[in-house]
Amino acid sequence: MRALVWHGAQDIRCDTVPDPEIEQDRDVIIKVSACAICGSDLHLYDHVMPGMEKGDIMGHESMGEVVEVGKGINGALKKGDRIVVPFTIICGECDQCRRGFFSVCERSNRNKQVAAKAFGHTTAGLFGYTHLTGGYAGGQAEYLRVPYADATHIKVPDSLTDEQVLFLSDIFPTGWQAAVQCDIQPTDTVAIWGAGPVGQMAIRSAILLGAKHVVCIDNVPERLEMARAGGASTINFSDESVIERLNQMTAGKGPEKCIDSVGMEAHATATIDSMVDRAKQAVMLESDRPHVLREMAYVCRGAGVLSIPGVYGGLVDKFPMGMIMNKGLTIRTGQTHVNRWTDDLVRRIEAGEIDPSFVITHRVGLEDGPEMYKTFRDKKDGCIKVVIKP
Amino acid sequence: MRYEGPRSPRRGHPDTATDALARGLGWFSIGLGLAEILAGGAIARALGMRGQEGLVRAYGVREVATGVGIVTAEDPTPWIWGRIAGDALDLVTLAAAYEGNSRKDNLLIAAAAVAGVTALDAICADRLTRSTAVPMPHIGNYRTRTGYPRGIRESRGAATDVEGSEGMLTPALLKPWAA
Repeated sequence: MRALVWHGAQDIRCDTVPDPEIEQDRDVIIKVSACAICGSDLHLYDHVMPGMEKGDIMGHESMGEVVEVGKGINGALKKGDRIVVPFTIICGECDQCRRGFFSVCERSNRNKQVAAKAFGHTTAGLFGYTHLTGGYAGGQAEYLRVPYADATHIKVPDSLTDEQVLFLSDIFPTGWQAAVQCDIQPTDTVAIWGAGPVGQMAIRSAILLGAKHVVCIDNVPERLEMARAGGASTINFSDESVIERLNQMTAGKGPEKCIDSVGMEAHATATIDSMVDRAKQAVMLESDRPHVLREMAYVCRGAGVLSIPGVYGGLVDKFPMGMIMNKGLTIRTGQTHVNRWTDDLVRRIEAGEIDPSFVITHRVGLEDGPEMYKTFRDKKDGCIKVVIKP
Repeated sequence: MRYEGPRSPRRGHPDTATDALARGLGWFSIGLGLAEILAGGAIARALGMRGQEGLVRAYGVREVATGVGIVTAEDPTPWIWGRIAGDALDLVTLAAAYEGNSRKDNLLIAAAAVAGVTALDAICADRLTRSTAVPMPHIGNYRTRTGYPRGIRESRGAATDVEGSEGMLTPALLKPWAA
């Protein structure tokens, strides 16, 4: 089959690789009908996230039709079923899965000893996302093996198109969880850093959850335009001071809830602290650039919430713990517990409360995938979200 | 600040890379100019141009003025073109001093350095000229990409009945008191 394969930093190729096979009883194989490039794939593309190996297949936002079923599926899925595959692989049986904390599933990461060394305890296996999280082949391919498939799937109604449901795999529940864990009240101003795909989903989620005012911060004009279309006010950080504007908008008090949908690769040249972070990264003194975390902690109203769906990989420097402690801020973060939210979100898509396909700007075949990584990374050609149809 | 122009695939974006290059050339200009003013005698001797210390210092004043213009101007484009004119003057002056010069090696090194910086100035000026002073309409029109099929009024607050949030919200005992 054809697949998008990681060969090194900024080197992803459309290669012919062996078809996946059933390896465990709880596996299924799907024929991928649609998949997407995620912002967190760019951390792998730029090789700022450790743990990739040459030959790894990319992709963790996929859906398709079940074409092979393992012996242990026990009727949960059958050939011909149409499923979306959550990016977190879940066993559905361990203590964490039973509590709904799927992204820290205790069994699905087959390299759990490595993850435990890095993080203290294991996290769930993820598709196409480093050997720290299991080294599972990803879904930017014609076929995908889904481990623990009786639990790791989202069945979707035929009344909804692929493009309406594909983002249940990651960015929609990720933006949703980021907003939900803010515990949004009708009087809240919610500030969202980053108008990429997760930021766009977080905007819509905050509106659905009843925020009084949503503000989005970015410097890419078309992304800010899409944010405004979703009901957000916008701040272009190239043109104005984020902190001054947020304080102006909130009568000097700051937003109650702040969401970081930027993560470890904050703009490297926009601020002095990011430039220092970039220099430290270059000499291995720091792994991530936490400019957004610092700005959120500074501007957030006392007793507010910092919600962090943005991906961080390792160590950050000059983290303002004094601000966080003295203002009594709450931090909520984590990879998304996708299946915790998806039944509710499918219902909301069916009800017409939201249609996540609004974010798609580019549709390509698998062979154009490598070029689209570059276009997406460089934010060229108005690119916000790429869907690949193998 | 100028913006990526009609031939850029990212038109509408601030052209921060070229702006940074221009400002860098401005600071270089100030540094070189100060050196020429403060060490005009030594530079003139090193170039075999004894007796032309005043000219070197005058060129230093020109460099500082151009550099300050580049660093402080909203739009550095005319000042970068000014640098190119200054580079040309430097090259002509060095060429005129070549015949019968006792320090030809140093003179050639200086000319090569000026030529290198001139090339950088030219690249910068070319990019600045191709960019625009005001943002162009950007690629793609996303004004209608609301994401709410039933309209934003219908969707605002529609999900206050969110399912699955147990244990991920502020504990009841830590909730704010009613104002």
